[in-house]
Amino acid sequence: MQQTLFALVENKPGVLNRVASLFRRRNFNIESLNVSHTEKPDISRMTIVVDSEGVDARKVEANLYKLVNVIDVQDVTRQPAVARDLALIKVKADPEQRGEVANLAAIFRANIVDVAPDSVIVEITGTKDKIDSLVELLRPMGVEELVRTGLVAMMRGSEVGIRHTPGANGNKPVNIN
Amino acid sequence: MKKTGAEILCECLVREGVDTIFGYPGGAIMPVYDALLEYPIHHVLTRHEQGAAHMADGYARASGKVGVAFATSGPGATNLVTGIATARMDSSPIVCVTGQVHAHLIGGDAFQETDVTGVTLPITKHNYLVTSADEIALVVREAFHIARSGRPGPVLIDFCKNAQMEKVEFEYPEKITLPGYKPPKHAPVSELKKAVELIASAKRPVILAGHGVLMSNSMEELRMLAVKTQTPVSMTLLGLGALPASHDLSLGMMGMHGEAYANNAIQNADLLLAFGMRFDDRVTGTLRTYASRARKIQIEIDPTEVHKNVDVDVPLMGDLKAVLTDIIPMLDEYDHEKWLKQIAAWKQETKERSILSWQEDDNLHAAHVIRALWNATSGDSIVATGVGQHQMWAAQYYHFDEPYRLITSGGAGTMGFGLPSGIGAWFAHKDKEIWVIDGDGSFQMSQAELTTAVQEGANVKIAIMNNNFLGMVRQWQEFFFDKRYAATPITGPDFVKLAEAHGVAARRITKPDEVFAAIEFAHETPGPVVLEFQVEEEDSVYPMVPSGAALDEMMRRPIYKSEQQQVRR
Repeated sequence: MQQTLFALVENKPGVLNRVASLFRRRNFNIESLNVSHTEKPDISRMTIVVDSEGVDARKVEANLYKLVNVIDVQDVTRQPAVARDLALIKVKADPEQRGEVANLAAIFRANIVDVAPDSVIVEITGTKDKIDSLVELLRPMGVEELVRTGLVAMMRGSEVGIRHTPGANGNKPVNIN
Repeated sequence: MKKTGAEILCECLVREGVDTIFGYPGGAIMPVYDALLEYPIHHVLTRHEQGAAHMADGYARASGKVGVAFATSGPGATNLVTGIATARMDSSPIVCVTGQVHAHLIGGDAFQETDVTGVTLPITKHNYLVTSADEIALVVREAFHIARSGRPGPVLIDFCKNAQMEKVEFEYPEKITLPGYKPPKHAPVSELKKAVELIASAKRPVILAGHGVLMSNSMEELRMLAVKTQTPVSMTLLGLGALPASHDLSLGMMGMHGEAYANNAIQNADLLLAFGMRFDDRVTGTLRTYASRARKIQIEIDPTEVHKNVDVDVPLMGDLKAVLTDIIPMLDEYDHEKWLKQIAAWKQETKERSILSWQEDDNLHAAHVIRALWNATSGDSIVATGVGQHQMWAAQYYHFDEPYRLITSGGAGTMGFGLPSGIGAWFAHKDKEIWVIDGDGSFQMSQAELTTAVQEGANVKIAIMNNNFLGMVRQWQEFFFDKRYAATPITGPDFVKLAEAHGVAARRITKPDEVFAAIEFAHETPGPVVLEFQVEEEDSVYPMVPSGAALDEMMRRPIYKSEQQQVRR
């Protein structure tokens, strides 16, 4: 079982290192970690997927709050959230096999974004399961390279994720707007 | 007005109320040292940077203020590391400023360059790399605020040499904004009500008072709550002094070397109230059987400490003083007569046993020396210790009736902490006599700081319990490794001659009837004094909960008066 959290952090040098160091120190197993800019230039957003075997989201959240640069943490596991992963898959395909790759890609609403004489790159966006399925189907043809962004997640509408420790960062839920 | 980065650092330190800095100069921090000469701050030159960090720590623990340590780049900074880790484990507020090579040289393996923010990342509460002079004022303000607020801890500022020398317009930042740093204060009333209900239904409650009581200055609130609800209070090593040892409701220290009645009370409690303590393995024994019949309330400022080792029924996230102030008026009065009677019986049993186990021979026993020291000083001095047997005996036999009187490395267990932290404590309380109770092993780890004590005229009296062993490890070897004394016999120097080489008055004590005169001699002699007590080599600290055992499975004090056999319970 995996759990997904996102954290809003100050966009300062070394913050990613602090988060990574914390996870290493507390022995949290990270499935994926995505960092990117947000609508505000001084705030970055991290989406963290942890393997919940031995780690619970509450513990991850509490530890993140120990970092001075972490502003807000929400657990979006099993919440009304949109969660997406993007993968680039380089598949071995000579001209005869391209058709089959294209068919599979179409079923998964994936795109072929590069064509070389003996391979193609498939770009797919979706949930983790969806991408895993496509990769499994392409594997017999020969997957030469695979890269994934790691999950990114956003709550739908005005919903917020779970804050396990209310008051961990000040007594009121943090409103970053 | 334009000032250099180094001058701005000093300006900000003065504004933070810093009057003493412990440190060691070097190439990359020379501009700061040069500027410091113009400011009303006393610099204490230590003999090793680890000593500087420990002195800042001892100063902080004794004064309640932030301690400050300086070091140069590279080896100077890495020598601070043990001191920073020690402060981190015990939540002690210190700010370390280290020199760093020019910003444009960073990453190039320049002379005395070390990635100090990288090295100290996991052992600081927060750290900063300052690469230009216009950052330093804000960084210093933030650093002091972070070090002293919330759960206190060490903060490090790595200060590039170019930033120390650059001249910029100085404006003191009146405000700081830390959107990610808002330590909780009050706990929600709904949670307080749950705690009140648990307290109302408790028949056998025990308060566990930790370092947080001292850090948040909640001694009076603790006393009020304990008295109002007639709840006995046991303390962690770092919590000693939270409630006076002589108070009727005091159970003294809990844990591995806690008194039997304290551990029995905890194991038989139906409610534990944990105030600013973190259920460290040294206080719980095995978690499987820890206080299994007790509901638990924990007041804690650090969210990671809740449910970490022990699951609690009602966590109250907040500042201990604020939460206690909120909850006390909500509580009714209780008497818990039956429970207190039971505890009184346990106390009486221990008292009798202690009398029977008190060895009356012609040899010196460290525990007796420390008891004599407590008597001779009327329990009124500040005691700094190293780590090991002497530390536990100090906790057991020097009864602390006041907070901030025991300066000791708890979480990290850092040997060599005693002398430097004692010197640091003296700078916080120059009117007081500081007693460093040390072991021969611990003392030798930082004995170079004796020279610092001499240079500063620090009024530290050093009592070395010399048993020619690394005593605590020897004790474990005796109990758990068939007395195979691997690497624990230790030869010391002639401590009296060593002291005399420093111009320090010293005495060697070998007989019980010389103890009081020696303490009197130390008391009468101004400045540092060394007393070497040649104590029994193979004494052990009791009671002891062997690691992995339940908290009430203690090896009790052997009874010598009736028969010479170890009595275990």
